[in-house]
Amino acid sequence: MEFLLAKYNYWFYILIMMVGFYAMISKNNLVKKMIGVSIFQAAIILFYVSIGAKRGATIPIIEHGHDAVHHIDPTAYINPLPHVLMLTAIVVSVSTLGVALALISKIYAKYGTIEEDEINEQLTDV
Amino acid sequence: MKLIGLIVVIATGLLLLWGVTDFPDWADPQSPASTHLSPHFLTESIEETAVPNVVTSVLGDYRGFDTMLETTVVFAAGIAVYTLLRRSRRKDLREKPEMIEEELPHQALIVKTICRLMAPFMQLYALYVIAHGHHSPGGGFQGGVILGASFILLAIGFDLKMVLKRMREKTTLVLGILGVLIFSGIGMVCVLLEKNFLDYSALSAILPATDIIMARSHGILGVEIGVALAVMANLVLIYVNLSSDGKYERGL
Repeated sequence: MEFLLAKYNYWFYILIMMVGFYAMISKNNLVKKMIGVSIFQAAIILFYVSIGAKRGATIPIIEHGHDAVHHIDPTAYINPLPHVLMLTAIVVSVSTLGVALALISKIYAKYGTIEEDEINEQLTDV
Repeated sequence: MKLIGLIVVIATGLLLLWGVTDFPDWADPQSPASTHLSPHFLTESIEETAVPNVVTSVLGDYRGFDTMLETTVVFAAGIAVYTLLRRSRRKDLREKPEMIEEELPHQALIVKTICRLMAPFMQLYALYVIAHGHHSPGGGFQGGVILGASFILLAIGFDLKMVLKRMREKTTLVLGILGVLIFSGIGMVCVLLEKNFLDYSALSAILPATDIIMARSHGILGVEIGVALAVMANLVLIYVNLSSDGKYERGL
């Protein structure tokens, strides 16, 4: 029980990631696949941000006055690196989702469907 | 197919669960991720860059290359959506939804009024988030997203034409390019001043009354403005093209 509670952030990230991964590989509809990709990305973001946590620490904005800076204790502030990485990843994931939706829109215009097996049938017929 | 998928997913999940046993506990101050590089950023950020918000200083200065290329990715995604959807002459197999008649003006009066009232405050707040990113949570990406959201709110509350009248297609494209250009341009200025690419301390030679440390702070601000412009323009570009299928007629 102690072991389960000590690492609970990882259990949740694996659970969410499995949901997204399942949607990615076994859903037939391309839009549902993209929803799976988004859930997968959310799981990775949760994983990174949870790595940056430190018990008893505050957000990584250094308290300072106008005088000379005093000694800064790194354990009093959470790890800023995962936040930086995920900050850019969130915006990039939104724009790549836009590209995927545009591609799906074009696929729908060409084949009249976004079901993967129906597209495969049309491809093999020709 | 579904069963194979489920088996693969569960196998992957079990492998990950097995790997987690070696991971550090949650919120452990002594975890490997928090003991190597990040203490340096936390203790040196103020002395080296005069930026108290460590996320901003890491984003704009220490990891400047990463941020520049992420901005380029956002820009490339915007251009990709634009080229995929805009002015296609291919035949179209889609079933078109029936056009709904334009609703009477009084029906959406509350929505329109609130959207119109909200938009300027959102944009003002976005500018605050960009400009105050050195001292409070915020920065180019966040401010750019809020700026883009204000235009998307107008496009949903009114219609696409209203937004396109205020933010023309050409303006959006130029702003997107300008954002990436500002970022890489600041990097190039540093090279011309005989320092490394994106080493903002070189800017103290051309900015009045700045020492090497303040020059890095100002360099980060310039870069954040570029990021905000690129993110805002590309989000608007993506939304406008996706919602109207590249025809710029009515939108959602």
